[in-house]
Amino acid sequence: MAATAKKVFGAAEASDLVNELRRSFDDGVTRGYDWRITQLKKLLVICDNHEHDIVEALRDDLGKPELESSVFEVALLRNSCKLALKQLKNWMAPDKAKTSLTTFPASAEIVSEPLGVVLVISAWNYPFLLSIDPVIGAISAGNAVVLKPSELAPASSALLAKLLEQYLDPSAVRVVEGNVNETTLLLDQKWDKIFYTGSSKIGRVIMTAAAKHLTPVVLELGGKSPVVVDSNTDLKVTVRRIIAGKWGCNNGQACVSPDYILTTKEFAPKLLDAMKHELETFYGKKPMDSKDMSRIVNSNHFDRLSKLLEEKEVSDKIVYGGDKDRENLKIAPTILLDVPLDSLIMSEEIFGPLLPIITLNNLEESFDVIHSRPKPLAAYLFTHNQKLKERFAMKVSAGGIVVNDIAVHLALHTLPFGGVGESGMGAYHGKFSFDAFSHKKAVLYRSLFGDAPVRYPPYSRGKLRLLKALVDSNIFNIFKVLLGLS
Amino acid sequence: MEAMKETVEESLREMRDTFASGRTRSLKWRKRQIAAIYEMVKDNEDKLCSVLFQDLGKHSTEAFRDELGHVLRSATVAINCLDKWAVPKQSNLPLLFFPAKGKVISEPYGTVLVLSSWNFPISLSLDPLIGAIAAGNTVLLKSSELSPNASAFLAKTIPAYLDNKAIKVIEGGPDVATILLQHQWDKIFFTGSPKIGRIIMAAAAQHLTPVTLELGGKCPTIVDYPTISKNIKSVVKRITGGKWGSCSGQACISVDYVLIEKSFASSLIDMLKPLIRSFFGDNPKESGCLSRIVSKQHVQRLSRLLNDPRVQASIVYGGSIDEENLYVEPTILLDPPLDSEIMNEEIFGPILPIITVRDIQDSIGIIKSKAKPLAIYAFTNDENLKTRILSETSSGSVTFNDVMIQYMCDALPFGGVGESGIGRYHGKYSFDCFSHEKAIMEGSLAMDLEARYPPWNSFKLSFIRLAFSEAYFKLLLLMLGLKRST
Repeated sequence: MAATAKKVFGAAEASDLVNELRRSFDDGVTRGYDWRITQLKKLLVICDNHEHDIVEALRDDLGKPELESSVFEVALLRNSCKLALKQLKNWMAPDKAKTSLTTFPASAEIVSEPLGVVLVISAWNYPFLLSIDPVIGAISAGNAVVLKPSELAPASSALLAKLLEQYLDPSAVRVVEGNVNETTLLLDQKWDKIFYTGSSKIGRVIMTAAAKHLTPVVLELGGKSPVVVDSNTDLKVTVRRIIAGKWGCNNGQACVSPDYILTTKEFAPKLLDAMKHELETFYGKKPMDSKDMSRIVNSNHFDRLSKLLEEKEVSDKIVYGGDKDRENLKIAPTILLDVPLDSLIMSEEIFGPLLPIITLNNLEESFDVIHSRPKPLAAYLFTHNQKLKERFAMKVSAGGIVVNDIAVHLALHTLPFGGVGESGMGAYHGKFSFDAFSHKKAVLYRSLFGDAPVRYPPYSRGKLRLLKALVDSNIFNIFKVLLGLS
Repeated sequence: MEAMKETVEESLREMRDTFASGRTRSLKWRKRQIAAIYEMVKDNEDKLCSVLFQDLGKHSTEAFRDELGHVLRSATVAINCLDKWAVPKQSNLPLLFFPAKGKVISEPYGTVLVLSSWNFPISLSLDPLIGAIAAGNTVLLKSSELSPNASAFLAKTIPAYLDNKAIKVIEGGPDVATILLQHQWDKIFFTGSPKIGRIIMAAAAQHLTPVTLELGGKCPTIVDYPTISKNIKSVVKRITGGKWGSCSGQACISVDYVLIEKSFASSLIDMLKPLIRSFFGDNPKESGCLSRIVSKQHVQRLSRLLNDPRVQASIVYGGSIDEENLYVEPTILLDPPLDSEIMNEEIFGPILPIITVRDIQDSIGIIKSKAKPLAIYAFTNDENLKTRILSETSSGSVTFNDVMIQYMCDALPFGGVGESGIGRYHGKYSFDCFSHEKAIMEGSLAMDLEARYPPWNSFKLSFIRLAFSEAYFKLLLLMLGLKRST
């Protein structure tokens, strides 16, 4: 029954860790194509050989259904690895840049180089995806990386530590488990990049710590992702996608979860009926018994969500669900109709299985409602109306916009995934991950021949005229000046 | 200060209202504003040269080459390319998502803050301004109080040429900056020292404001004498022009120190001395071609760097200081100790240490022992050395066989890494710097897959697994019932 003694992780350990990884980086361990490919292949092996373990850990931590774990964590990771393996040579190749007459003769290129030793801090809701996907980016770009998984998903955290230690190169890739203490100790160190997924509140703490060392950051935060539903839409498909996107993705505990719905007063009853109907199709008459939804992660969050429901003027707006089971950390899919716009549930990111529907006189008003709140990570619109789609895409500022679907843009490696304003800064997925962990170094190759005296003192009017012509890059002007015709 | 606080709040309100009105989204509006910047510079060339002479003793040719010409070119490029830059980027989506469409739109952040520096007060103010406007933002510029005439010019003249409900100028020093930083901005662009860069980033962190920090560092210049000896004259000219010909060494990309093999050091110095005299005459103070030091404080700072007796002992040329006239003579040092202050902070002045090494390859170790600079320069024809420099050192940029000129190449990103900064600009990078890349995905309501929705079963799991791995043929078999679900 012997419990393994937990290794002490103090300031000295944090400093030693970074120094060790920095030595590895300086020695060039992570720079070569082969090393990066080997690590990525091992990550793929983890996905292939340990899917079952991952599914079990996610069931322990979140009660996540097997399909969600397999699809939204393992499959996405597998694809991410395969893409990196396939594209890495391309990504690593320098980009040629155009030079102008002022710098002629010259050639220029942009070289991607690793930043050095980076820190990835991940979240509890998609603990594997949000840990390994950024790590794939860090490794592809040639960095040494420390991963700090969330302690709120302890089985996943332990499994990540075990698997990464077992498969990856420990001289350059490490996992530090722990809570806010360990995170703080890590944040005191100097990193070459910090990649954080989590809340806006902690995002501020991360960036403040990073500022001490001028460390660039990617912050993948959250927000209230609104769903605007037009009456001019395919109701059944719309409703199914909203439900699958909300309750089918970690039971609303996702950064791009549909947070609240905006629709017209006229359409709301139809929408609500359709939702109730499809919810029953998906989860049965007793959704609390359904095995197809994650549970609430812990009692803190359960209490937080309960409080949202219990607020005066909110509790009486529940039109579906509302059942709670604290012991099993379950809250039934709950829909609310027209809660006050200044209620708690409409002020903070819900991150749970509660879905307020706000009704408006007309859909135009939705722009104001969205605009009056911090910029979310995602904004959704369901409509057939082409003009409305265009206006929505132009007017609504969010990390990403999805029309006629929910959350799928996460799976697209050709679109940058990230926030703006309160929902974050920076982006990743696909090549954007590689870029997020790279420094794009500008390189200019000049020839020692052909020097324009115009560059050097002593300055004269003639030189000034020539310079002006060069700046205009107008070849005729230059000749005119050179020939003394100007 | 109260009045200043109110001015700032009032300005912010007005700029935010202007942004909300949508006026700055129009490409026509943006081009008109940038054209107005172009006109402003062209109409006021003489006045601009005059203020730069008053603030920094800059010769009009230097002023044009380094500042006015740069702004004119930057504006021209922006006007010519804006339509292209603003076009949404289409993304290819995997077949699985057919017929969905994906693209990325560049949208303005909103209301942005530009804090510029005193050494190139016109170009470091107007160039970021062009970027901010090109991207469709409203912008507040705070110019540096250390270049008061340039600052006053901008404060007076910009409102006369530009839309002053969208673009504003505020003058002042650190106390004004502090007030500005208390507010929420959608982006902050700062040019200055790493010390202040940290303060800016920490302030920005409170509001999760993304930042671009153009900082500095000690830009080393490797002179691989034997491989470039045929063109040594050009080399020496470029170094001399680059060090003293541009704001007397007070530039973020100035040649800070030279690295050369011991046996060639005296040849280099013997060529530098007469060249300095030929550029600046026997009395550089009177030449009119050498900029002044910006302030008494900076003269005192440079004086202090030279006062170290070990540094004094290393002076081989120059060394005289006239605090009253803000003059520091072009000075060359030979092997000041590597642990002296002058070899550990950015010099930002007309003092050039020449550090000798036994083997030119050793320069790489010295460069690596210091913080990552904004630029590394290397005069060499040795391809191996070039490769080593590129792969073993890290800097904002690397220029072979020239100095400073990478600044003019607008196809190259201009920015730092580590201590030398975060982010980049110039050319299209300026546009990107002030834009949020918003991903837009449009799904189709027409094609709906049952497999997407609960209740889950093994068929749906197999389907989704195969879909994710893009095993379309197997997927087809599954759907036709010719493959068993696992």
